[in-house]
Amino acid sequence: MHNTLIALVEDKPGVLNRVASLFRRRNFNIESLNVGRTDKANISRMTIVVNSEGVDARKVEANLYKLVNVIDVQDVTNQPAVIRDLALIKVKAKPDQRAEVSSLAAIFRGNIIDVAPDSVIVELTGTEDKIESLVELLRPLGILEMVRTGNVAMMRGDMSGKRYTPGTNGNGHVE
Amino acid sequence: MKKTGADILMECLIREGVDTIFGYPGGAIMPVHDAMLRYPVHHILTRHEQGAAHAADGYARASGKVGVAVATSGPGATNLVTGIVTANMDSVPIVFITGQVAADLIGGDAFQETDVTGITLPVTKHNYLVTRADEIAQVVREAFHIARSGRPGPVLIDICKNAQIEETEFIYPETISLPGYHPPEHAPMEGLEKAVELIKKAERPVILAGNGVLMSGAMDELQIFAAKTNTPVAMTLLGLGAIPASSPLSLGMMGMHGEAYCNSAIQESDLILAFGMRFDDRVTGMLSTYAPKAKKIHIEIDPSEVHKNVFADVPLIGDLKTVLTDLIPMLDEYDHEKWMQQIDVWKTETKERSVMAWPDDDKLYTPHVIRALWKATSGDALVVTGVGQHQMWAAQYYEFEKPYRLLTSGGAGTMGYGLPAALGAWFAHKDREVWLIDGDGSFQMTAAELSTLVQEGANVKIAIMNNSFLGMVRQWQEFFYDKRYAATPITGPDFIKLADAHGIPGQRATTPDEVFDAIEFAHKTPGPVLLEFVVEKEESVYPMVPAGAALHEMLRRPIRK
Ligand SMILES: Cc1ncc(C[n+]2csc(CCOP(=O)(O)OP(=O)(O)O)c2C)c(N)n1
Repeated sequence: MHNTLIALVEDKPGVLNRVASLFRRRNFNIESLNVGRTDKANISRMTIVVNSEGVDARKVEANLYKLVNVIDVQDVTNQPAVIRDLALIKVKAKPDQRAEVSSLAAIFRGNIIDVAPDSVIVELTGTEDKIESLVELLRPLGILEMVRTGNVAMMRGDMSGKRYTPGTNGNGHVE
Repeated sequence: MKKTGADILMECLIREGVDTIFGYPGGAIMPVHDAMLRYPVHHILTRHEQGAAHAADGYARASGKVGVAVATSGPGATNLVTGIVTANMDSVPIVFITGQVAADLIGGDAFQETDVTGITLPVTKHNYLVTRADEIAQVVREAFHIARSGRPGPVLIDICKNAQIEETEFIYPETISLPGYHPPEHAPMEGLEKAVELIKKAERPVILAGNGVLMSGAMDELQIFAAKTNTPVAMTLLGLGAIPASSPLSLGMMGMHGEAYCNSAIQESDLILAFGMRFDDRVTGMLSTYAPKAKKIHIEIDPSEVHKNVFADVPLIGDLKTVLTDLIPMLDEYDHEKWMQQIDVWKTETKERSVMAWPDDDKLYTPHVIRALWKATSGDALVVTGVGQHQMWAAQYYEFEKPYRLLTSGGAGTMGYGLPAALGAWFAHKDREVWLIDGDGSFQMTAAELSTLVQEGANVKIAIMNNSFLGMVRQWQEFFYDKRYAATPITGPDFIKLADAHGIPGQRATTPDEVFDAIEFAHKTPGPVLLEFVVEKEESVYPMVPAGAALHEMLRRPIRK
């Protein structure tokens, strides 16, 4: 079982370290952690996927709130949310194999974004399942390298003033 | 006006009400110690930074104010760490200030450079690395606010030496902005209503009063709640004093060395009301068999404590005093008479087993000494302890009538806490009697602070329970390791001579009749006094819930006739 959490954090030095240190010392198992900027200058956004076997996701949420720099946490698991992962996959491909890679990528709406004499890079955005399916199909050709961003998530619709899961901070009180 | 970073730091400390600072100097913090000369603060030079940390801790616990400890970079800062951990585990508000090498040297392994914010990150409520003078005012304001509000705790500020020296415009920040920090206050009505329903149905309720009662200052509300609903109150080690030991509703201390009737009441209870406590393993015994018949209402300011160890049927996240104030008018009166009678039966049976009921055998037992101290101080001293058997006996036999009278390292169990914490406590309450009840092992860990006592003229009375063993570990060896006393026999100096070498008067008692005399001597002698009580070597603390056993599976003291 996985839980996906969105955390808004102050964009200050060391915040990622605080979050990572918390997960380590509380023995929470992170599947993926993505950090990036938001539309607001001082706020970064993390999408955290935890392996919730043995760990109650509420615990993760409550502990994140203990960090002074964490502004908001929301568990979007089983909520109307869009969750996406981005992968770059470098596949062994001689010129005569490029068409095959290209057509496989196309089925998944992936793009070839770089072509070298012996390889191509496929870019694919989607759910984890979708990416894994393409990876399995490309594997027989020989995958040279792969990188994934880990999930990023966003709730659908206008979320201002609404929470779909009660926040653990102050009994689900809405700001 | 332009000021140096160090002066700005002092300006901010003064505005936070700081007049007492414990610390130790060194290269990277020299501008700060120098600035102290220009401001109305008293700096207490401890003999080790660990001592400064524990002294600030004792000061904070005794006064309710934020303690302050200062140290230099590198080894100075790392020597604080045990004290930081101790404060963090027991939610003690302290601001630690450490010097750091100049900002442009960071990362280059400069002399006495250590990644102090990295080291202390997991053991502080929050910490800061300050690289510029113009950050200091804002950071200090935030640090004090964070340390004392919500669930209190230690906050560390690591200040680069250049930031202490640089001059900048001093503007005291009127406001602070911490967008992610909102300690909860009220619990929602829906939760309160659910709690009232459970309280209404309960036949065998028990309140578990923790450190949160003292931290929130909710002693009156607790008493009103307990009296109105006629609910007995069990206390954690750090909750002692939440209600007077003499109250008919007091069940005394719970847990591993708690009163047997108290633990029995918890195990038989049908409703646990946990007030500002965190179900530590020393309190619950084996979790799977803990209070199996009880529903649980958990009032707690730190959401991460709820459901951590024990599932709460009704979690109420908020400030305890506020939540109880909201809850009390919603409650009816109850008498729970049958339940109270049952508890009385258990209480009588416990008294028979107490050391105090033993026939006099001319031997000196720590509980006797502690009871004598209790009598001689009218139960009103500030009692500070080390860690071990004497600590548990102090908790059991010094019957605390008032809050903030027991200063002890609970969550961390830090030996060596006692002497420096007693020094800090004296600075918080120079009008009160401060007694350190220490073990011979614990005392030797931080005995260097005797010099500090003398330099400061601190009126701390020291009572060492000398059993020539690391007693608590020896007890475990007796029970669980076939009496193989590995690494627990311990010698010490002649404690009276040691005191004498510091110019501290001392007296030794080896039999029960010498106890009273020794305490008299301490009372008559002004200033610090050291008493050594040569107690029975192989006595054990009872009851005892062995680690991993259920709370009601206590080893009981054999009855002696
Ligand atoms: C710093 C530290 N080291 C080790 C321990 C483990 N420990 C717990 S109690 C104890 C013995 C304490 O001996 P003493 O201070 O003489 O007190 P007594 O138990 O004899 O009353 C030890 C070693 C500890 N709690 N703290």
